[in-house]
Order: sequence, then structure tokens, then C-alpha cells
Amino acid sequence: MNILTVPATVTQAPTQVGEPWINMGIFGLFVAITLVIVLRASKNNKTAADYYAGGRSFTGGQNGTAIAGDYLSAASFLGIVGAIAINGYDGFLYSIGFLVAWLVALLLVAELLRNTGKFTMADVLSFRLQQRPVRIAAATTTLAVCFFYLLAQMAGAGGLVSLLLGINDRLGQSLVITVVGALMILYVLVGGMKGTTWVQIIKACLLIAGAFVMTIWVLAIYGFNFSALLGDAAATAGTTDILNPGLQYGVSETSKLDFISLALALVLGTAALPHVLMRFYTVPTAKEARRSVVWAIWLIGAFYLFTLVLGYGAGALIGADTIQAAPGGVNSAAPLLAFELGGPLLLGLISAVAFATILAVVAGLTITAAASFAHDIYANVVRRGSANPESEVKVARRTVLVIGVLSILGGIGAQGQNVAFLVALAFAVAASANLPTIIYSLFWKRFTTQGAVWSMYGGLAAAIILIVFSPVMSGNETAMIPGADFAFFGLKNPGIVSIPLAFFLGWLGTVLDKTGEDPAKQAEMEVRSLTGVGAEKAVHH
Amino acid sequence: MASNPTPDAGSAGSAASLGAVDFQEVQQRPRFRELRRRHRSFVFPMAAAFLLWYFLYVLLADYAHGFMSTRIAGNINIGLVFGLLQFVTTFVITMWYVSYANKKLDPVAAELRAELEGPAGTTSTTAETGGAK
Repeated sequence: MNILTVPATVTQAPTQVGEPWINMGIFGLFVAITLVIVLRASKNNKTAADYYAGGRSFTGGQNGTAIAGDYLSAASFLGIVGAIAINGYDGFLYSIGFLVAWLVALLLVAELLRNTGKFTMADVLSFRLQQRPVRIAAATTTLAVCFFYLLAQMAGAGGLVSLLLGINDRLGQSLVITVVGALMILYVLVGGMKGTTWVQIIKACLLIAGAFVMTIWVLAIYGFNFSALLGDAAATAGTTDILNPGLQYGVSETSKLDFISLALALVLGTAALPHVLMRFYTVPTAKEARRSVVWAIWLIGAFYLFTLVLGYGAGALIGADTIQAAPGGVNSAAPLLAFELGGPLLLGLISAVAFATILAVVAGLTITAAASFAHDIYANVVRRGSANPESEVKVARRTVLVIGVLSILGGIGAQGQNVAFLVALAFAVAASANLPTIIYSLFWKRFTTQGAVWSMYGGLAAAIILIVFSPVMSGNETAMIPGADFAFFGLKNPGIVSIPLAFFLGWLGTVLDKTGEDPAKQAEMEVRSLTGVGAEKAVHH
Repeated sequence: MASNPTPDAGSAGSAASLGAVDFQEVQQRPRFRELRRRHRSFVFPMAAAFLLWYFLYVLLADYAHGFMSTRIAGNINIGLVFGLLQFVTTFVITMWYVSYANKKLDPVAAELRAELEGPAGTTSTTAETGGAK
């Protein structure tokens, strides 16, 4: 979620605030505590349902907290606070899409998915269509989304390290990325979904509690008068523009259109992110899946309200110029505010939470990608459903290792690269490649395999091709390849084209498909999705 | 295409008891059609409504800067109020749906589930504890 994040190019002169050793100590404590919990949670990791879905034994409240933990990445904490501090209202505008999107998950996806699937998104999409082509397509889009998201998180880790630990040289940052990657592999390998979920829960509680304390603190400074806080933010900025829309997205007609494209991808992409979808399988029933989303909506909503106060608080108490000059740039707004309020100790706490966040989000993505590979590709495509659960979990664990090593290498290689667009791309791919097929297969009786395959590959290809020919890849000095210019597509976000296209392709592929699908399977899926008959049960130990 | 073995979509636990269920017959039952109607008549209009309201807000914030910058009280402007209203509507729709589902959807779903899984079927009463309201 770090579309706004300034990438790891911000390793400037070390004007470090606070004590890196305090930050590292608190982070070490977090790692030690979570490691003990992961080891305890791993005792019951016997079956595939244990490994991929935590035995389906989490409550709605626990899972909702873990969803919030998955969703509120370090970048969304640091990025949104920084965006509000510097761009004012437009930072807030950006955060709203992330919240509203959860209604799609609540109303249209979560419960029906829980009732019809087992471990992965492909379980649902291939339920009444042809197994192989649909599973391969769904696994491809799952892996693509996870890969883009993972790379962005790992590259972001480098930038965060320079900001929080005062490590500015490339070797030191690479070392920290390796340590983060190794820890993540350990968590996922040993703890499976259960361990990963507990890490998310602990991290979400720390993050939300930390943001809450800082919010009350900032409000107390202004006598709990929000208008006075806004006034001071405007006074520090020297302009009331910071309170009005348009500072960031209103620059030109293109940037306005770009924001609509981004808003579309955010609001439709969230409910189709594979690592979010997989979380719905960790609860015993559809009712608990509903409760999970309700919890997630309250926690995420409250958190974004906190970031509104924190962002304007940082703008008022520290000032945009100081923030932009600090190492980490925009991302340093929240840590600088923590230092301003509570000195090195609060800075250490907030820094450790931000760092823990990367670890937890990366772990969640890794287990999703590994599950998709082992369950969809290996067990159902390569072995055509004849693989036993033990060998499937074995393949999943090996996949975790491979993905872990790849993301460490990718994270090191992507250091200093402008990869912030990768998260926007992940959302756009999820919204274009996954959501149309999810909606069609749950609600459209006639939907066929050809429609699913056209929509998924078409949406994936359109999103990636448009990104390649967009201004984020070439054509200006902040692009990934500044020297070249092949930016034919004017927008940074492909959603406004790729999402309607994918919906259209799903429809076209279906109406042109003469064969049709098995009506008995359609009936079974519809009855099961709404009633919960035959849904996967919780594992009892 | 008619015979697609779905090795993983089927539930291992209750596959035996569900093997005989004719889902096409269930699909035509008035009780099930009522459940489907209740579900869709709530979620579709609600999804359309919140998406329209969200994009109205995005378009206003994107193109109607003057209007959104109008001060209402102190430093609070219309844009901020509309933004906070997005939070309010999200919370309200969430609670509304939960109460609707508890009253209108869950009892019918439980009834059908009990019929289909039979008296021996282990209907999911596991972990109804904890969680949101």
C-alpha cells in the first residue's frame, strides 16, 4: 500500500534523530516475543488445513485484527501520515478508498468465498468451471499480485532501514533486508498460517495502539479542538491550500484522471487481493468470515482517522520542509512526530512497529504465494488432484524457501529503484484480473471457462502492458528508466482501462462460448455459497 | 465439460452425506429462492449505492475544488465533512448489513443447511463465540 512512498533513493546525509540502538532493541524484543508465539503455534501444524488456514480455528475478531495487520503496511502508516503532512487533504482523500473498498469484500465476496473454497482463490474460481485452465490462470494472477507486492515491501525495507536504524550504506541495508527475509522465511516455514496470523495480530494491535496514543497526544496539545489543529497546520504550511483538495492530484487534467483510475483500482482491488482472500479460510464459518470483515472495517477505519490527525499534527508541529529534508523524506513524518512528542523512546516504539509491519506483511504474502503454487499448480494441475496432503505441504514449504530467497534478492536488487508503483500495480492487477471473475462466477449463472480465462489473462496483460508504457517506466527523470521514452499511455494507473476491459472480456468470452458449463455444478456452487452446506470445517486437535 | 471432478472443491468431511443431494432440485426450492432473493436484493443495491457515493465524492474532490474548499465552521470545510461522511456511511452500511444478515439471511441458511446435511450432519456450530457484533 505504499503508492505514495518515496522509494529507497532517499539515503541522504545522515541527520538521524533518536537512538538507533533503542529502535533495534525494541524491534529485537518484538522478534523474540513473536518467535516464541510462532513456535508454540506451530505444534499443531500437521495437515494442509493447519498449514494453509491455521486449522480454520481463528475467531472473527482475531482474523479481523490479522486482516487489518495485513492491510496496514508500514508504507500505509508512514506513507499516508507523510502524504497528509505534505499534501494535506489529498493524502486523506487517498486513504478513504482503502477503507470504502472493504464494503465490496463484506457484501459481495467474503462469506460466499468462505463457503465454497478451501485454501486459495482458485478453489472458488474453478469450482464450476474447468479445473486446469482456470486454476492455472488464477494461480498466475495470484503469483503476479504477490510478487509485485512483495518486491515493493522488500525494497521499501531498505528505505525504512536508513530512516530508522541510521544504516545508510548499501551493504548494511542489504544485510538488513537479508535478515528480514530470513526471519520471514522462519516464521512462515515453522509457523504456517497460524504463526503468520499471530504475528499479524500482535503487529496490528501495536500499530493501532501506537497510532491511537499519538493521536490523543496531538489532539491534547490543541485542547481536543480539531479546527485549531487544522489552523496551526495551515499556519505552519503558510497556506490554507493544505486543507483543500487539489494539492497533489489537482495539478493537471492528467493527474485528475489518474486519481480516478487509482480510486477505481483501490476500491475494486482490495476484495480481490489473494492474501486478503486467503485470510477468510482461517475462520470456521461464513458468519465468522463476516465478523472478520466487520472487525477489519472498524480497525482500519479508526486507523485512517488517526492518520488524519497524525498527518496534520506532523504538518503543524514539524512542518513540511523539515519532513522533506529528513532522511526518508515523506515517510519520516510519523517517526519525526513520535520523536517530537515522546522523545527517543516513543520514536523507538513507533520505528519498531513500522519495521515489524514489513515483516508481517511479507510473511502473509509469502504464505499466500506458496499456497497457490503448491495447492493450485502442484496438487491440482501437475498431479491432477492425486497429491496427498503431506506432499502438498512439503511442496508449499519448499516454495516458501524459494520465494523467500527470491524476495531477498529482489529486495536487494530493487534498492534505490523507483518501485513504489508496484503496489498500485498489484491493486490494479487484482481489480482487473481477479475481481471480474470472482463476481461473475459467484453471481452470473451463464459464466463459462472461456470467459474466466479471457478476463483473467486479459486483465493481467492489460494492466502490465499499460504500466510498461506509462510514465512510471519511462519518459521523465523520476521514471524507472529515465533515459528512454516509450510512455504512450499517459496515466500512471492502468485501472480505468484494464478493469472495464476485463469485465468486458469476461462477458464476451462467455457469450461466444458455445459449449456452456455443467448446470449441476452451478447449482451446487450457488446453494453452497449461500447456505454453507458442505463448507470446510474447522480442524479440532 | 459436464464432468469436472473437483477434487478440492468438495468437502472431505461431509462429502459422503452430501453425495446424494440434488443441488439443482434445491436451487428450485422456494425457500432457497427466497434466500437468494433476500441476499441479492440487499447486496446489489447497497454495493451500487456506496460505489456511486464514493465516486461522487472522488469526482467532487477531483474537479470541484471551490465547492469542497468552502468553510463551514472554523477551519472545517465541506471536503473534510464529505470525507468523514464516507467513513460514516461505510460504518453504517457495515452495521446495517450485519443486522440484516443476522435477521433475514442466517436463519434461512441454517434451516436449509440442517435439511441438507440431515440430522446426522455436523452443522457448523463450531466457534460461534467471539467476534464482532
